[in-house]
Amino acid sequence: MTILVDIRQKLGAFELDASFASEGRLTALFGPSGSGKSSLINLIAGLARPRQGRIESDGRVLVDTAKGVFVPRHKRRIGMVFQDARLFPHMSVKNNLNFGRWFTPDSERYVELDAVVDLLGIGALLERRPGKLSGGEKQRVAIGRALLASPRLLLMDEPLASLDEARKSEILPYIERLRDEMKIPIVYVSHSINEVARLASDVVVLQTGKVTACGPTVEIMQRLDLLPADERGEGGAVLETRVARHDETFGMTVLSSAAGEIRVPRVDVEVGAPVRIRIRARDVMIATERPKGLSALNMLAGKVAVIDKGAGATANVRIDCGGATIMARITEQSRQGLKLERGLPVFAVIKTVSFDQANTAAGLRRELDA
Amino acid sequence: MNWLLDLTPDEWNAVRLSIKVATVAMLASVPPAIFIAYALARWRFWGKTMVNGLVHLPLVLPPVVTGYLLLLAFGRRGPAGAFLAEHFGIVFSFRWTGAALACAVMGFPLMVRAIRLSIESVDRKLEAAAGTLGANPLWVFTIVTLPLILPGIIAGAILSFAKAMGEFGATITFVSNIPGETQTLPSAIYTFTQVPGGDEGALRLTLISIVISMLALVASEVLARRVGKRMDIE
Repeated sequence: MTILVDIRQKLGAFELDASFASEGRLTALFGPSGSGKSSLINLIAGLARPRQGRIESDGRVLVDTAKGVFVPRHKRRIGMVFQDARLFPHMSVKNNLNFGRWFTPDSERYVELDAVVDLLGIGALLERRPGKLSGGEKQRVAIGRALLASPRLLLMDEPLASLDEARKSEILPYIERLRDEMKIPIVYVSHSINEVARLASDVVVLQTGKVTACGPTVEIMQRLDLLPADERGEGGAVLETRVARHDETFGMTVLSSAAGEIRVPRVDVEVGAPVRIRIRARDVMIATERPKGLSALNMLAGKVAVIDKGAGATANVRIDCGGATIMARITEQSRQGLKLERGLPVFAVIKTVSFDQANTAAGLRRELDA
Repeated sequence: MNWLLDLTPDEWNAVRLSIKVATVAMLASVPPAIFIAYALARWRFWGKTMVNGLVHLPLVLPPVVTGYLLLLAFGRRGPAGAFLAEHFGIVFSFRWTGAALACAVMGFPLMVRAIRLSIESVDRKLEAAAGTLGANPLWVFTIVTLPLILPGIIAGAILSFAKAMGEFGATITFVSNIPGETQTLPSAIYTFTQVPGGDEGALRLTLISIVISMLALVASEVLARRVGKRMDIE
């Protein structure tokens, strides 16, 4: 499954000029508000027409202005989940869910109502009207409705942006299940680094209408310079790990990663399951020798790989820990004091409590890729 | 009370005819009104201002003028009237169908306005969402837009019905005042006021007029509330 986008579009004074290709299970379009993410996804869905360009999905040409091709939205078979759920107010939840099914030929249907209802936990809502649902419930129904049209590609336009934190954490696990259990590639628009780091297999970074970077999440997340200024504090390394064992005495989970064992607060998944963690650069301390008498439980041995100048009097240090990269943000004063330079053996020190639910998430189940 | 219900055959005819004319005028107006309202609300086309003006003309013209124009166009020798009579056997002049046409034309701007307002208030994002779910534009209109504007259609229909029940000037100019064929309630009341001793008949028909209009209003309220409840729009 490939998505190929190469378009130019003028929207008032704003110029969208973006091209990227992705084969990821969940591709995030990531960037600050006004960077053109939503415009881009509207073009893929067929809700807008580009002035010039080409869009392909799974080898099927959806738009090619050079050849005058423009597949109308109802023939694209691309599902869309909007920020505002956009459920039909005059229909019950069940009819909302079935809406897309009515227009899907039998031969193309591969999603069944029961499966979706199970996946999203919306069995109790079927007879209700959308007006009587909470924000989180609406969004789950909207996801189900898009799925039941048996789309070839699912677009999600900031599906969590209008929800509060509690509702967000209610829905995130469903999106993870969707990503891992359904065979639909997803393009997910977000300005939240948290969601992107947690969900995405691939990231396309957009800034003022241009693609500034594109690649696997683990690589993109290390590029602190790509993040919007107000999210820079959230930047850091993303690590794919597996559960090695649970430590019931202290309520912790030990994860094994290329960088070594990492202790995090108890995660409720079975031993061996993949878990993706995000280690914020600002949470990482650097020591030039193994510290003693320190409360932090995670000390990962590695070597300084790269030192970038950060914002203000800071430095961003990439530490290579057995092939995995850990990011640390330290002050320029510390960098000079420790005489950090490329190749210097160091320890990355991370407090277990700096991991919270938001940056410890069910990892992509790669074995399903096969 | 007896004198109130003790209607002469001509009076009964006027009541029945008025209801028939108003109902036919209302029902026949709904499809073209939806089409025109949709075009005015959504499309950009050359001559839009013209169409808008034409639709609203009966609202501002003296009814007698509208009636006379109808007579010129749809009378036996009028271009439209002759064409319809020759090819479809539809005759308007001095028939109850002509009364219905006059009433429909007079109520049309009211109906179009009500429907247009409700189309303009439809959240187009819902229609876009329906499109991404595979519904083509015609289906989107049928199962998303149409149900959402139903309250506006009902409101417009009731306005048109009420206008038809009260329409006098255009009707009497176009199809005259023939008992049993084109004499609606207002014409009958007018006739009563023109003859000595007609006060009682005029009063009877006036009261009946009031009752019918009230019933129509109440029915529309009930209907609109039921539709509104079903929608449960946030």
